[in-house]
Amino acid sequence: MNTGKRSKFLFSTICFGMAFLYIPIFLLIVYSFNASKIVPVWGGFSTRWYGVLFESEEIWASVALSLKIASVNACFATLLGTLAGLALVRFGSFKGRTLFSGMISAPLVMPEVITGLSLLLLFITLKEFIGWPDSRGFNTITIAHITFSMAYVAVIIQSRLAGMAQDLEEAAEDLGARPFRILTDITLPLLAPGMVAGWLLAFTLSLDDLIIASFVSGPGAVTLPMLIYSRVKLGLRPDINALATIIILAVAIGVLLAAWIMFRQQKQRELELKMSEES
Amino acid sequence: MNTEAGLEAGSGAEVSGSMLANWANHVIHHHWRTLVLLVPFIWLLIFFLAPFFIVFKIAFAEAVIASPPYTPMIEWVDEGIMHIRVVIDNFAYLWEDDLYVNTYLNSVKISTISTILCLLIGYPMAYAIVRSSHTTKHILLMLIILPFWTSFLLRVYAWMGLLADQGLINDILTWFGLEPVRMLYTQFAVYVGIVYTYLPFMILPLYANMEKLDWTLLEAAADLGARPATTFVTVTLPATIPGIVAGALLVFIPATGEYVIPDLLGGGNVLMIGRVLYNEFNANIDWPVASAVAIALLLVLVLPMMLYQHMQGKETESR
Repeated sequence: MNTGKRSKFLFSTICFGMAFLYIPIFLLIVYSFNASKIVPVWGGFSTRWYGVLFESEEIWASVALSLKIASVNACFATLLGTLAGLALVRFGSFKGRTLFSGMISAPLVMPEVITGLSLLLLFITLKEFIGWPDSRGFNTITIAHITFSMAYVAVIIQSRLAGMAQDLEEAAEDLGARPFRILTDITLPLLAPGMVAGWLLAFTLSLDDLIIASFVSGPGAVTLPMLIYSRVKLGLRPDINALATIIILAVAIGVLLAAWIMFRQQKQRELELKMSEES
Repeated sequence: MNTEAGLEAGSGAEVSGSMLANWANHVIHHHWRTLVLLVPFIWLLIFFLAPFFIVFKIAFAEAVIASPPYTPMIEWVDEGIMHIRVVIDNFAYLWEDDLYVNTYLNSVKISTISTILCLLIGYPMAYAIVRSSHTTKHILLMLIILPFWTSFLLRVYAWMGLLADQGLINDILTWFGLEPVRMLYTQFAVYVGIVYTYLPFMILPLYANMEKLDWTLLEAAADLGARPATTFVTVTLPATIPGIVAGALLVFIPATGEYVIPDLLGGGNVLMIGRVLYNEFNANIDWPVASAVAIALLLVLVLPMMLYQHMQGKETESR
């Protein structure tokens, strides 16, 4: 009776929602192959904008800077975020816990304009008093990115730790392992998938950030989002469509590959578990 | 704690090498908990908390043509007489200028309506995902998360092409013999952009909440003869309120301070706080007013942010 009607409603909701999410991206890709210089007017199939893109040294410089910032940021954010997650889940109550957990979750919802402005003012004040940072660019953008990315990593690590069975750690403790040994030999290996996920998230967050980077960057340091933004500010540009296509495809392939690997690993683990139960 | 100390003494023999290595080893084994906590803590104190105090300080200063372009709060007038200068003009200026007040109201209005739109679209989607089969569920979730990984800026840019005067939507309208509509650089485009980019933030908390729901309650209600609408209002909706609140906060808070969307899609016509702050800082180089705008924006958001924090705390406790 009405279950049929309801599932039809739910099905169309999903179709509508997915169309809403994906049609703009799909069209962005289609129009990157437009021969016409005016983006929305179709002038036949062409790959000329990809050629224009590869000749631009400006773009390559900003890609290199963004990738450099993103990878350094991801490593530090994963380290700091993992430590923070461990402290919050496994250390019980300690002095300043409320402040600490507040500082971990606030960057997740803090408007970027505020984070960017406040960090820039900090860097300027620091320069005035201790002479560092003497110039703004790679160093200041990376520090700013670490500060908000580590919060995301900490959240991932927290939920991993909370959902993790503690029996292995307890067994090691019963067998006389020291707490630090338990951390390095058991807890951290178990956390590795979460740390990989955190690293990837921190990497993409950094690649994606425009506002905070624009605030804390100095003359000469232009990240990829800053470059894209300065170009699209005045309207549509076919070469940006081509650039967007490359970025979106690279990210999509990366994410799907990572998901597939994790899926395979999980399947493998389930299989091993089943076999060990049977034997 | 006792066993820890005992074992530590027993394994001391394996520690060898120079004094420094010995010392480092000692520090790591005895104080690693302190290190684990202190390293991220100090980082956040310096790079997250301290900057807010600086913003606060500058918001109460006066703009001057100098480097840095504001007056110091504490000045040492000769012979160690401290002179504290606090200027509240910046806040009075914001309050008296209709432009700022209207910008605030407009930002809150836009993000409130966008949040409601996200909820109206996201709720049935989350519901549909939860009720689908195991494999479909994973594929759909993947599809919801995937745009989140791709560039935010490029997703906003994609809509510029759709909404432009000669864009695809207007092409379709003219094809049907209708008048083209100006959509890009209007408030409408800002709504579309916010709903589009923040929809996953609404769907994911709703999904997480609905997945933990006890669906047998719904069946019980149906068995007892409740109509679907009644079941929804009396059982489903109350049970999903935590998800609704979390999703709404995750959309509302960042949308209020949004800069890119009003700037690229709204053009000069749509005023939002994030844009005013950015322009005040970069174009007008009025740091004290920019800082005052930042603090006023924080005041608007502090309640929703604390609510979110509170919910997060409860979430980790319940786990």
